Amino acid sequence: MELVYAICVGFISACGIFLMLRGHTFTLVIGLTLLSYAVNLFLFASGGLTIGAPAVLNGSENYADPLPQALVLTAIVIGFAMTAFAVILAMRGRSDMGNDHVDGTEPFDRLAAEKKS
Amino acid sequence: MSLFDHLVIFPILVPFFVAVALLFPSLSNSLLRQRAMTIIGNVLMVIIAFVLLFKVKQQGIQVYALGDWSAPFGIVLVADAFSVLLICLSAILGLAVTLYASAGEDKNGAFFHPLIMFQLMGINGAFLTGDAFNLFVFFEVLLIASYSLMIHGGGKQRVQVNIHYVFLNLIGSSLFLFALGTLYGTLGTLNFADMADRIPQLSSNELLITKSGALLLLAVFGLKAAMLPLHFWLPKAYASTSAPVAALFAIMTKVGIYSIWRVHGVLFGDQAGELANIALPWLWPIALLTIAIGAISVLASQSLRVLCSNLVIVSVGTLLVTISLNTVQATTAGIYYLLHSTLVCAAMFLLAGVIQQQRGKAEDRFVTARTMPQAGILGVTFVLLAIGLIGMPPLSGFIGKALILQSVTNASQAMWIWPLILGAGLIALIALSRAGTTLFWRTNGENTTVLKGHPMQYLAIALLVITLPLMVIFGGAVSDFSQLAAEQLKAGLSLQQLNEVAK
Repeated sequence: MELVYAICVGFISACGIFLMLRGHTFTLVIGLTLLSYAVNLFLFASGGLTIGAPAVLNGSENYADPLPQALVLTAIVIGFAMTAFAVILAMRGRSDMGNDHVDGTEPFDRLAAEKKS
Repeated sequence: MSLFDHLVIFPILVPFFVAVALLFPSLSNSLLRQRAMTIIGNVLMVIIAFVLLFKVKQQGIQVYALGDWSAPFGIVLVADAFSVLLICLSAILGLAVTLYASAGEDKNGAFFHPLIMFQLMGINGAFLTGDAFNLFVFFEVLLIASYSLMIHGGGKQRVQVNIHYVFLNLIGSSLFLFALGTLYGTLGTLNFADMADRIPQLSSNELLITKSGALLLLAVFGLKAAMLPLHFWLPKAYASTSAPVAALFAIMTKVGIYSIWRVHGVLFGDQAGELANIALPWLWPIALLTIAIGAISVLASQSLRVLCSNLVIVSVGTLLVTISLNTVQATTAGIYYLLHSTLVCAAMFLLAGVIQQQRGKAEDRFVTARTMPQAGILGVTFVLLAIGLIGMPPLSGFIGKALILQSVTNASQAMWIWPLILGAGLIALIALSRAGTTLFWRTNGENTTVLKGHPMQYLAIALLVITLPLMVIFGGAVSDFSQLAAEQLKAGLSLQQLNEVAK
């Protein structure tokens, strides 16, 4: 179980980082969302993975760590608010600057220019 | 329990309730009432901060357990000498910023005053919190307020710079959570005192994971503090936002520095067993390079606000030097210099705002322009602040730098630190005198069309400028308190001590 979980988290983070390395706000937002999913899963696993165990210590020997669950809840709420802000900002940037590149201007693409000519 | 026992949480609650109250229609409809409310709130904050300061001085570290849940399970706020000193700093800065903004800068967009109060709440919370996850939460509170404040007033350039700032910090927040998850995985706790107890007892196969978590945290705090090579966002961001916001942001880099001190100076400090001082080999070269690059950028600056932003980077480098020296004496010097550099940089940002307003289209760029209507008083203030920024006597910059240089005892360290800090001072002297000559003397003709400065703006700048000589006159008291802060910080706090104080 641990191996599958770790591979999933790693793959999602890799996708997120790949998307964030693009220069456009749309892919950046998607990448950021993926990375925050990966973070939430990672935090969830930091207390150890258990199956069929209650979250509250009610005297049983086998219980799931409740703290990471509380942390994930907070992280999800904060991540959601931040993504909403980032989307609005990206839309504002798109309308103010006429393109969605993070620097405000598209960099000069020599290959595309050569193809055209 | 009397109200006085709850004093520790007031620096978080007061800005929060003021901010919420400002959102109600009866207040949010009238700018005049908003200004009055924010200024009253900030004056109250200054009073609370200084009462807390005296309480900590007399009774030692204050611990506040929320809901009376004891430490490793509940959330605690810890007010030691270092954190109350920084709370006083943020209260003074908050008052100056709101006074300045009340002169008319707050009209350019909605919700300026509530956002300032939320930002102060986040800053104070980050200084007071006793566990790492709440540090993250308060970082987010102050960041989301700062995102909106930075774009306050709008404009193409601010939007573009804000995109960089917001996305960088969002990535930083994700990394912060990864680091916290890693540390929780090996330590099983996020309470600072409990973490300090458990770090020396880690088994050898957990060491590497914990180390990677700790160094990931260094990168996150480094991004906030603008240490090399994560400083590229700062000059553009600070230079393009409005003057009061830039002045408030002068303390934001210090939140990062404070966290580095708290986590890498103490948790992973001398008492951390196998993991003792893991950040030092990184911090030492980074600190020196930050000063060097900052000083070069100071020389290359084309406008007063960019110059001032680069001076912020130099001060961050200087503070990182004091962290990496890792002695009580150096920490004392660092804390004194932190107070000074925040106040003087904030004052310079406010002054740059007035200069920009009075020069019309030339703004604060170093080009020939018409004379400013109030060049006399602005010039005198500029000279005073320049003396403070360079670190010349008689203002507090000199004492700060002298304390830092004095705390370097090792000859091989002195060989690097002395020339760099003194050289950075010389470069600041050259750059600021060149800036002053261009702004005030290279003029052609009178300018009668621009607005004169508002009395509130001068009051705000005066409030910050007056603290510089006060920090010299009461230099003994301030440095004694800084020493107390440094000793408490270096001694650390175990869970047992924490719970004893909480009772």
